[in-house]
Amino acid sequence: MELIFFIEVLAGGLLAGVMYALVALGFVLIYKASGVFNFAQGSMVFFAALTFVSLTERGWNFWLALAATLAVMVLLGVATERVVLRPLVNQAPITLFMATIGLAFVLEGLSQLLWGSQPHGLELGIPDVPMEWLSRKWNVNISQFDLFAAFVAGALVAVLALLFQKTRIGRALRAVADDHQAALAVGIPLQHIWAIVWAVAGFVALVAGVMWGVRNGVQYALTFVALKALPVLILGGFESILGAIIGGLIIGAGEKLAEVYLGPYVGGGIESWFAYVIALLFLLVRPEGLFGEKHIDRV
Amino acid sequence: MLYREAGQFKSTYAEDQQIFPIRQDRIALAVFLAFALLVVPAIGNQYWLGALLTPFLIFSLAALGLNILTGYAGQLSLGTAAFMAVGAFMAYNFVLRVPGIPILLAFVLAGICAAAVGIVFGLPSLRIKGFYLAVATLACQFFVLWALQRFGWFSNHSTSGVITAQQIVILGYAFDTPARKYLLTLGVVAVMALAAKNLMRSETGRAFMAVRDMDVAASVIGIPMMRTKLLAFAISSFYCGVAGALHAFCYLGTVEPEAYSLDLSFRILFMIIIGGVGSILGAFLGAAFITLFPIFLNLASSWVNEFFGVEISHAVVSNLESIIFGGLIIFFLIVEPQGLARLWQITKEKLRLWPFPH
Repeated sequence: MELIFFIEVLAGGLLAGVMYALVALGFVLIYKASGVFNFAQGSMVFFAALTFVSLTERGWNFWLALAATLAVMVLLGVATERVVLRPLVNQAPITLFMATIGLAFVLEGLSQLLWGSQPHGLELGIPDVPMEWLSRKWNVNISQFDLFAAFVAGALVAVLALLFQKTRIGRALRAVADDHQAALAVGIPLQHIWAIVWAVAGFVALVAGVMWGVRNGVQYALTFVALKALPVLILGGFESILGAIIGGLIIGAGEKLAEVYLGPYVGGGIESWFAYVIALLFLLVRPEGLFGEKHIDRV
Repeated sequence: MLYREAGQFKSTYAEDQQIFPIRQDRIALAVFLAFALLVVPAIGNQYWLGALLTPFLIFSLAALGLNILTGYAGQLSLGTAAFMAVGAFMAYNFVLRVPGIPILLAFVLAGICAAAVGIVFGLPSLRIKGFYLAVATLACQFFVLWALQRFGWFSNHSTSGVITAQQIVILGYAFDTPARKYLLTLGVVAVMALAAKNLMRSETGRAFMAVRDMDVAASVIGIPMMRTKLLAFAISSFYCGVAGALHAFCYLGTVEPEAYSLDLSFRILFMIIIGGVGSILGAFLGAAFITLFPIFLNLASSWVNEFFGVEISHAVVSNLESIIFGGLIIFFLIVEPQGLARLWQITKEKLRLWPFPH
């Protein structure tokens, strides 16, 4: 009984972790290719989800709305590259980071200005209920939707891995990530690459936004999802897609287990910060995250 | 012509090392301080003093604290509001639990508590850097707010978690009107700003800057990394803690932990970005900008309302505010990454030659 309960909590945590990883992926993509820590990722998730849900509520077909939102996200990515990043080329990383905080504010204001600020419900037709045969056979409650989310995340990672490893664009992306100047020198157009990366990150944000929207409803609080993804990010390392997934799993499982087994001793509510503590503990051993690139400092 | 330093010769080391080497700066500062101290309380009304100038000064102090850490020592922090919360709640507890404690002493002790928290959460900075550290400081933000809400001791077991700051009495003199609270805030901020200005040109401040510019090189030339980084966290948190205490006692009066959310941390971060990273003056300019900007925007919307007869709803204004806010930050970063303080410096350079450039 104890063990079954433990497994249930663990599985729930792992699946929740997949949801975090979905958001963290967007951060990783942009960081990998441009070295920008994109704080606006949470706002992009919110913006995408809100656009999508508003379009469907206006009677658009599901796929049409999805395509339209994707187009908007791609446009947004290109515009960001044009307006924000291009003038800031060669600035310190901290400057770029702060610019993305500004971008986050613009997006949050813009999305609520366009679509209003009331919360929306979102339905994909996959019920968020425990699967019957699992609970009958082993008495373990695992939500059907969680499994679906895990499947989507898996598919997303597979697609991204293919994109990064097997295509021309992917090779160019990796080259830019390695060294901006060298990539420029061999004729890779930096600006195009960045626009592509931001568009792909917009796509990931759309997927994450839809999944989180189904779970929690599409509302302003969605922007805080990004704060949940940050510990995942530093745990896994900023540059690693695999790290985002593994980090998500560790954080999700650790958080849920702590809430259940440790929470009662300190009075609960530790979810807000416990993830950061887990991440910090890992960082003390590996300061660049589990899968991040080792930095060698030279004077 | 007015701002010309030609002919101001330094004949002693003391003169050469003074904090404001240019005579015009000294005069301007003295005039400005005298104006703020004597004229403003006399001409300012309740609203101006209580709702604009006092919070402006308090946020300047907090921005100054963050600027010491981020601008001078180069450690990006997103936990500023948490340090302010520690200051506010500890000052309340000191006054509550230690009978007859002088209120300024309570502020200082609250600042020291904030500094202690700062040192604890600064420890990761010894091992991790850059964005990893910024995310780590978020842990501080969430943990402190959680602890303040979770443990009733901090809010004296009030059911709502809200504290009401006690009355400020110094040597039998009650600081109870907005004008008096403004004066108290001004005094504290002026002294601490001067201390910060001095500190930053001392050995400690130079060590901070060396760490900011390149920490490996700094440790190679013999700057103790641990002491310098933790000291930066301690001093910065001390400033933020005192700012938090002032925020509770002189501005809000009634505070809940939620008032010190991540939003406030970001606001203070914006103050130093817009004002100028690594500049004492910048903290003040940035705080002025960020405090006054929403008020200006509200005014502007009421003007639009009046002239064009277009009703702009409150929700639209707050969304527009966030868009313009974000846009301005990006604009500032692109046009002048060094912020308003740099613009002021450029103005001074120009003024040196003006109006006869040759």
